Amino acid sequence: MDGIHNISRRNFVKVFGLASGGLIIGCQFSNNEIVRIDDGTTFAPNLFIQLKKDGKLILLSSRSEMGQGIRTSLTSAIADEMDADWNYVQVEQATGDSKFGNQNTDGSRSVRTILEPMRKLGATAKGMLISAAAKKWEISESDCSAEMHYVINNKTKEKLFFGDLVEDAMKIEAPKEVVLKDKKDFKYIGKSLKSIDIKDFTHGTAIYGLDARLPNMKFATIARCPSAFGSLKSVNSDKARGVSGVLDIVELERVKRPFGMLGGVAVIASNTWAAIQGRKQLDIAWNKGSNGNYDSKKYMQTLTGRVHNTAKVVAPTVGNVNTAFKKASHLVEATYQLPHLAHAPMEVPNALAWVHDGVCEVWAPLQDPQTARAEAAAYLGIDLDKVTINVTFLGGGFGRKSKPDFVIEAVALSSKIKSPVQVVWTREDDIQHGYYHTTNAQFLKASLDAKGTVTGWLHRTAFPSINSTFMPGADYAADWEIGQGMNNNPFEIENVRYENAKAEAYVRIGWLRSVCAIFHSFGINSFIDELADKAQKDPLEFKLNMIGADRIRKENSPHPLNTKRLKNVMNIAAKNADWGKKLPEGHGLGIAFYYSFFSYVATVVEVSVIDNKVKLHNIWTVLDCGMVVNKDNVLNQMEGAAVFGTSIALHGKITAKDGAIEQSNFHDYQMTRMNEAPPIHVTLIESDEAPTGVGEPGVPPVAPAITNAIFNATGKRYRTLPLSDHGLV
Amino acid sequence: MKTLSINGKDYSIEAQDDMPLLWAIRDLAGLTGTKYGCGVSQCGACSVIIDGDVIRSCSLPVSYGVGKNITTIEGESQNLEYLREAWTEINVPQCGYCQSGQLIAATALLDSNPNPTDEDIDLAMSGNICRCGTYPRIRKAIHTAVKLKNK
Repeated sequence: MDGIHNISRRNFVKVFGLASGGLIIGCQFSNNEIVRIDDGTTFAPNLFIQLKKDGKLILLSSRSEMGQGIRTSLTSAIADEMDADWNYVQVEQATGDSKFGNQNTDGSRSVRTILEPMRKLGATAKGMLISAAAKKWEISESDCSAEMHYVINNKTKEKLFFGDLVEDAMKIEAPKEVVLKDKKDFKYIGKSLKSIDIKDFTHGTAIYGLDARLPNMKFATIARCPSAFGSLKSVNSDKARGVSGVLDIVELERVKRPFGMLGGVAVIASNTWAAIQGRKQLDIAWNKGSNGNYDSKKYMQTLTGRVHNTAKVVAPTVGNVNTAFKKASHLVEATYQLPHLAHAPMEVPNALAWVHDGVCEVWAPLQDPQTARAEAAAYLGIDLDKVTINVTFLGGGFGRKSKPDFVIEAVALSSKIKSPVQVVWTREDDIQHGYYHTTNAQFLKASLDAKGTVTGWLHRTAFPSINSTFMPGADYAADWEIGQGMNNNPFEIENVRYENAKAEAYVRIGWLRSVCAIFHSFGINSFIDELADKAQKDPLEFKLNMIGADRIRKENSPHPLNTKRLKNVMNIAAKNADWGKKLPEGHGLGIAFYYSFFSYVATVVEVSVIDNKVKLHNIWTVLDCGMVVNKDNVLNQMEGAAVFGTSIALHGKITAKDGAIEQSNFHDYQMTRMNEAPPIHVTLIESDEAPTGVGEPGVPPVAPAITNAIFNATGKRYRTLPLSDHGLV
Repeated sequence: MKTLSINGKDYSIEAQDDMPLLWAIRDLAGLTGTKYGCGVSQCGACSVIIDGDVIRSCSLPVSYGVGKNITTIEGESQNLEYLREAWTEINVPQCGYCQSGQLIAATALLDSNPNPTDEDIDLAMSGNICRCGTYPRIRKAIHTAVKLKNK
């Protein structure tokens, strides 16, 4: 830590939304810069920690809470290193500001990337409290320790309460270096803590974006063109203006940026219902634009045709697949097709904005508040420091709330009508105007020798790329998309070739929980099940053989793939499911695995298919994500991922015709409900390895484990999802 | 002017007759614990209890609620209290957004069926979507609430 500066109390209060005074030594998280303010009742050794005289410990969550439990897990790591009593902890949510370091909450990266820095912040605070106590007792710091909100004099066993050390700790310099705890001394890390927000969640008092309120605020809905990037031709708003509660009608231009708003016609009203009713009365004609003919069914035929032909080669190529195919004892090929998906978080996109007196304030459920801040500043043409982004609870995110187009809508409207306004997306808006998970066609072909060993592997994929959202016209996949398990599969095969076919985007494409791992897992895990069948081998044994010997893959990665860990989760999942057991008539077991977001997951599903209806009986999932911070929270995430995966397998499908999305609400964009959710059995691997992803890695194996289980039960192979299309649901 | 009795307190509101109760509760009475999820009775996020019955407040007009007792997630009832305790013990919520509706639906279930089976729970709770997928925990927590009550 270097450099000490004074900042004004006012600025700090603004940042934290705090009212009380106190000494604050702020540490700019990104560069470890210390900032001091002398003012009385608070010991704050960095931007993330404030200790009050009554012992209350306010910890800041820089990452957004969308159900993944981050407000509890990262703060518990601070508290653990600080030897704080969790009962004194209160968590505050950071605004969107680069001083908190990267706040982008996606990619299953929060714990992976900032667990250690958070622990150091806690250890630093503890060091200062111990120094303060040692000075008071006139003993050496090494004769002191900390335990549950007290510093202990190890010689006399005297104790000083953390709160009583606030004033003295303010005068202490931060230690240059800190030693982190040994695993055996953890109080919270690796244990199970309840959500810090459980009381609010069970009393309706957690404030989500839609619950944000300001005096005299207005409510708005927006009519948007049914096809992506179409524009307004004409609107007659006379009838809409006559709806009780409607206050104004405002036209919005599209902002041509990746997260710019789509534009359309906004109905401003005194309450949400009036805004919804008013919109129904708009008489609008649209220019449907270049995406106005999008027909996703026809487009799937196009993509399928493309993967049935040679396409752009993607590295690495190993050996020569064509030679291997010529020498093969068996050749197997298969085509897999998957539809678009919508995120459909339970809380629809929404934002409350108030642009006034040269500043802009926003309250919204955001995964990436810094991007929202930058976009709002750019839209208004004002400095970044004039924009405050208050992050509410997120009623689910799944990637949708990383894209702040809805914030720009609210900011634009507020600046036009000079009033605080909350833009509310209805569920229909959410389903029909999203950033869709892409649609995908894959062709896989492999050769087997006489012993049933895979000698050649050709994998072709085609899908509109997320790149198209950032670079209009980009019509091949990004390297990182291919790298989500396709050209870096864990197999040892002598001849390998990967190809990527062209795929133009006709809707906005965005990342959805697990991203490209969803479809590449489905293709790969289905196909190797087909190969096992052709080789007349047990699927588990066949797949373990394909992964081959224990090895750590040579790759440019902070956490290179370790095949031993992958095989381990497979073996444990199989054991938990009693793989190979005799099953009742009509039942089947299927296994799938995937390495994504640097974590290892294997899933076994037991299904039955009776009268052509599939029923899920059990899901066994095993996760190796290295070191676990909050065990019960990770279990909850894996259970949720299993359910999310069943939604993809059973129901998930977004289609477009004439450029417009055909689904509109939960009746035709269905998701798994209670009666379809089977018991889910999760095992976490105990590990001292570095922590890796949790939020996303559980999803990819689920759908192929289900279709593999159906094959095991019935001999029928389903290569397209959702299963509701096959009459199975 | 209409009067809604919510959680034992009267709220005077000015709403057009066809406004769904949900928006009257959220925007006019200012009780935001009841959630919007779909607007068409598909997800259960807006569930409230009216005179003992669980209803989807997004799909019934405000006029339906006038003169009746409305209980929302901000309210109190014996079963709701046991369920909250169970939800906490099992650590049910992830994002928490649907849990208002889940807890209200579970309260109505226990009000009518003090010892539900898994099948009863599935039947009563399948109208409530949880995108985070906390269903196994909800099921477990409802059984836990029954145990807490019988203790």
